[in-house]
Amino acid sequence: MITFDSVTKRYPDGFVAVDDLSLEAETGQITVLVGPSGCGKTTTLRMINRMIDATEGQILLDGSDVRQIDPPTLRRGIGYVIQQAGLFPHRKIVDNVATVPYLLGWEKKKARDRAMELLERVGLDPKMAQRYPFQLSGGQQQRVGVARALAADPPVLLMDEPFSAVDPIVRTSLQEELLRLQAELNKTIVFVTHDIDEAIKLGDKVAVLRVGGKLAQFAAPKTLLSEPADDFVREFLGRDRGIRRLSFVSSSYLKLRTDLTVTSSSAAGPSDDAWLMVVSEDGKPVGWLDRDEPFGTYVHGKDSLRAALDAALLSSSGQAVALDESGRVVGVATRKALDEALSEAADG
Amino acid sequence: MDDEQPLFRWSWVESNWNSDSPNSIVNLLEAHVVMSLVPVVLGLLVSLPLGLACVRWRFLYQPTSAVMNVIYALPSLPLFMLLIPQTGLTRMTVIIPLTFYALAVLVPAVVDGMGSVPDHVRQSAVAMGFTPLRRLVQVELPIAVPVVLAGLRVVTVSSISLVSVGALIGQGGLGNLFTDAFQRDFYTPAIAGIVLIVLLALVGDGIVLAAQRLLTPWMRARRAS
Ligand SMILES: Nc1ncnc2c1ncn2[C@@H]1O[C@H](COP(=O)(O)OP(=O)(O)O)[C@@H](O)[C@H]1O
Ligand SMILES: [Mg+2]
Repeated sequence: MITFDSVTKRYPDGFVAVDDLSLEAETGQITVLVGPSGCGKTTTLRMINRMIDATEGQILLDGSDVRQIDPPTLRRGIGYVIQQAGLFPHRKIVDNVATVPYLLGWEKKKARDRAMELLERVGLDPKMAQRYPFQLSGGQQQRVGVARALAADPPVLLMDEPFSAVDPIVRTSLQEELLRLQAELNKTIVFVTHDIDEAIKLGDKVAVLRVGGKLAQFAAPKTLLSEPADDFVREFLGRDRGIRRLSFVSSSYLKLRTDLTVTSSSAAGPSDDAWLMVVSEDGKPVGWLDRDEPFGTYVHGKDSLRAALDAALLSSSGQAVALDESGRVVGVATRKALDEALSEAADG
Repeated sequence: MDDEQPLFRWSWVESNWNSDSPNSIVNLLEAHVVMSLVPVVLGLLVSLPLGLACVRWRFLYQPTSAVMNVIYALPSLPLFMLLIPQTGLTRMTVIIPLTFYALAVLVPAVVDGMGSVPDHVRQSAVAMGFTPLRRLVQVELPIAVPVVLAGLRVVTVSSISLVSVGALIGQGGLGNLFTDAFQRDFYTPAIAGIVLIVLLALVGDGIVLAAQRLLTPWMRARRAS
């Protein structure tokens, strides 16, 4: 756990970049610092590994004051990823990744084996290992940056706008990669971004900072969306807070109807004006019975209520087709079921 | 010059190639190599700490480069005059000014080389737990190498060419062949001297270039991409 206890940073020119900040980044969770440019996010992050020293207050890493630890030693135990990746242009990818193991005095072979393992882990072709950073795309360099930060298996990872410089598609895949990795590794991650959507997507908890380095709100994404602390946070969150909040409600609350599906063989049914979903032999959705109209699907229990609602809006019937994880139909969510789930979600 | 003299006489080269005389071509070549190489090596050895000090303490750079430039602007002859009382008509009288010329090019090259290290690379080295010395040796200097070696190429070639000026005090290496030639209206030595100096410069430049290739395989990757 990383604890900020009334931390203030005043730069030599008198500018206060972080003002009396207190917050806790839980072990094994992603804590996101978000806010407009210049609000002190980078300063806050760098006070953790002492690239910047706090002027007042203290920062505790699992209970011990970071100032009691010699900076190089402290930093070798904390992974760090930055926007431009910061790879060493003169070193091959494999040696870039092995940087901290080398610093820790590992044998060269062991360090390189570990680097190769990590390259694979972050989804990079092992062939890349012998290349130089210039020969990689921005997204690939960023993956190498993540691999490098993880090389010595540090419990803590600091990430400063790591995905801001890549295009949106690559960014999305990097974000998903990070969530997948985190599910395996359970690091204590402090993630800085100016993008509120990224914050909400990645954060277990999100700290919204305002210019002047003041904490505006520190809460789970869902709470942030439903109960913004003030106008600044509300404005920063932007539009569609209600809809976006549904991303955090599970679709498992939806009551499904199983009597609205028919197998293709038993073609006839009680079709007065009900929409019936035709299901193939192996359980896959085929289409509406006797109606050549589009239908939308979601994965029941795994997808959010927002995804279910989206599926319903794509169906001419206004009903969402619920699938299990292998793509077989488990039922249909009717408008009534959606309505009930929505009003329940609105109540909190 | 009534009787047709050929511009170049091989026989002269053959008879002067390796005699006991201090002015044999081989001896002059040796003197030339020493007098041009020593300033380059000394210049490199001194410019590294000096350049790094100028990077570390920025305020030093301005006065240092001002002094270097003034020395660089001084013609060689008065410099020799200044030095002769101390060093006499020796090789040192040539080596010392050439070392200062080398510094005038190499100190800025070291400063620019360190400036060519991208800030995010330096920051990430700090963040990963490099100590300052290790960061310098393993990250900053290797990245500065291309810029420093570009300076070194200039210095090597100009040093080889400038040694000839030492002929003014009888210490010009192959340059001594010029005075000989102009005094006697006999051009063979001059032509031999020019050819050998150019060849020497090409070899020197080639060696630095080879060192650069060897030290910076990553630059080729960069050029290719
Ligand atoms: N070394 C410094 N000296 C003075 N002011 C600084 C220094 N570094 C950053 N600042 C100022 O502190 C504020 C916060 O900077 P930073 O933490 O980088 O913000 P963010 O990462 O949120 O964009 C900015 O207004 C910036 O200009
Ligand atoms: Mg920043």
